[in-house]
Amino acid sequence: MSPNFLLLQAFTGFALGAIYVLLAVGLALVFGLLTVINFAHGAMFAVGAYIGIFVFGLTGNFWISLVIVPLAVGGIGLVVERVLVRPLYGRGIDYPLLLTFGLSYVLLDLIRILWGKQGLPFDAPDALSGAVDIGIGYFPLYRLFLIALTAALLVGLWLFIDKTSYGLVIRAGARDPEIVRVLGIDIARVWLMVFGIGTGLAGLAGMLAAPLQGVFPEMGTPALMVAFVITVIGGMGSLVGAVVAGLLVGLAESFTAIFAPQFSQLSMYVIMVLVLLLRPQGLFGRAGLLG
Amino acid sequence: MKTQRTKIGSNRLAGPSRRKILGAAAAGAAAMAASPFWFNIARAAAETIKIGFPVPLTGPYGAEAKQQAACAQIAVDEFNAAGGFNGRMAELLVRDSKLNAGEAATRTLELIEKDKVDCVVGSLSAAVQLAVNNVTKTRKVLYVSISQSDQITAMPDYSRYTFHEALNPHMTAGAVARYVLPKFGKKVVFLTPDYAFGHELVNGYQAVGKELGLQMLDNVLAPIGATDFSTFFPRIQSLHPEVLIVNNFGRDQLNTLKQVASFGLNKQMHIAVSVLLYGQRLAGGPEIFEGVVGGSNYYWRLEDKVSSAKHFNAAYRKRNNGAEPSDYGAYGYAGTYAVLSGIKKAGGTDTEKLIAALEENRYDPYKGTEYFRKCDHQAVQSVLILEAKPKAKMSNQYDVFDIVEIDPADEKNLRSCAEEGHV
Repeated sequence: MSPNFLLLQAFTGFALGAIYVLLAVGLALVFGLLTVINFAHGAMFAVGAYIGIFVFGLTGNFWISLVIVPLAVGGIGLVVERVLVRPLYGRGIDYPLLLTFGLSYVLLDLIRILWGKQGLPFDAPDALSGAVDIGIGYFPLYRLFLIALTAALLVGLWLFIDKTSYGLVIRAGARDPEIVRVLGIDIARVWLMVFGIGTGLAGLAGMLAAPLQGVFPEMGTPALMVAFVITVIGGMGSLVGAVVAGLLVGLAESFTAIFAPQFSQLSMYVIMVLVLLLRPQGLFGRAGLLG
Repeated sequence: MKTQRTKIGSNRLAGPSRRKILGAAAAGAAAMAASPFWFNIARAAAETIKIGFPVPLTGPYGAEAKQQAACAQIAVDEFNAAGGFNGRMAELLVRDSKLNAGEAATRTLELIEKDKVDCVVGSLSAAVQLAVNNVTKTRKVLYVSISQSDQITAMPDYSRYTFHEALNPHMTAGAVARYVLPKFGKKVVFLTPDYAFGHELVNGYQAVGKELGLQMLDNVLAPIGATDFSTFFPRIQSLHPEVLIVNNFGRDQLNTLKQVASFGLNKQMHIAVSVLLYGQRLAGGPEIFEGVVGGSNYYWRLEDKVSSAKHFNAAYRKRNNGAEPSDYGAYGYAGTYAVLSGIKKAGGTDTEKLIAALEENRYDPYKGTEYFRKCDHQAVQSVLILEAKPKAKMSNQYDVFDIVEIDPADEKNLRSCAEEGHV
């Protein structure tokens, strides 16, 4: 086994991990700040891909779609939070879980009705197609773009939550909503925003994944699984955890593929089992968030 | 897509009321002598020939399944337009198997028990067709499978009620190997979905490859349902094969080729696909398929050589705004055609007579003469080798392949009856 081969294998896993991070980050955000387990995350992922195709069909421009999709899916998220999720706050963690679970089936069938059961192709823009030499071998430009975009999104998200006063309110609201309310801040609006951002990120991830795997109604199901596993490994609600766990799962999958390719997708579940046994709150999770 | 029914189905609505009247008449002593005779004629005219058609309309093979159903309907329409059989019209009952063995078995059972179908045609997936076959053989209902499988024609899955219209992995792999290995090289890596269809293809390559000097560098088994194949590529590249043979089907095939092209693998080795799909090529565009070689049961340009292909294409074009039929669509047409022509030959839908007729039948639905081999009911037919055209050489959007070779219909390309466990 040449070092170049191992490096390329590692980089492939890293790139896959970056895509996984993108899948999981919206879910982790909504859970960490709202304690809502959003089972419709995968469906929003699919909705994002389909809206991407729709906008692309109208405009013929990938970049316009890239801007509109997170806004549109985020908008759907706002409506869902305001109308469906909000009445369930304070009723226990399983109420929003069951609601979003049902919602995911509604969205799936809506997609089938609107766009058919068949699935549609979706290509990366010409500017991002093709492979470039990265020193250890050729690598698709589009995947490099995804790594860069994911990194930029994470930095933006971190700056927003950790460095702005709005972010301060969000963090305070996650810790003690009562006090924040007493201080005269409309906490309901903050939660609305966070849910919108979380679903917007799911939609964006769906559209970005579309050129890799095509677009089909059930595409959200495996995406939701991956997002959940990563959130559990990283620690429920931890953004840093989601990033570390996403990359870890990508690398594990890549290296399993060398020795036992048929079990490559199993590797993430093995990691999840180990983490749950040895550190049930996840690698970076706060204990007792679910209590 | 909802279930498709021909207008003939409305005939059945008349059934109960007519039967009621007959029942009342039979009760009258004066009508005693005449009624049984009259009853039979009335029943025969009303009785449609029902063909159950379970296919996975939902899921990754949905595009191919939809084509199967659409083309099977053409065969039914043509049969009815020609007057049916003794006034009996045919009806196609399409059901969604969702690519799930349990779902397929349940739908098939319903077709038999509730809808009282005369026979079952359909299925798409090496695994799911076995579930359908299990139901039909225990119910002693004739089943024509239109999806690739080696297992279904071999013991213990085979039964005398089982017919296999599709190519099987052994003959497909054989045809591809005979073309690819001498031309592109013998050092091969396989990328194979980890289930029956994939395993059967690789078995086929290994069986035929012995004589051709096949060197299998690796067989990379991808998990079913995988959407990202990138993690397998560094290993494939490091082995430096002359040919990468992709055994994935349906949407997975397109995803694989898309990712193969984006990683530049197609610049480093020849790419062959065991079952090269017309529908996926249309969906994927010429760039990622360019130069890819593969096996197929059908490509519409066969009409340049075969007159039944011309007829089938014309019938499809008329219903689909000039579009050309697909390979799996052709299976749907051929399987249904085989049964309907068999019914004419058998003089009815009696299953035993139909089996005898199909075993004797020489039929030419779309690609030249085929027949079911007696021992295993496999349709003996040609395999086409296709090469995807570059965009510059396409004369229209449907002109996507060249037929570069035709492996002729010959029993020597099948596994022997003894190998399959038939005595």
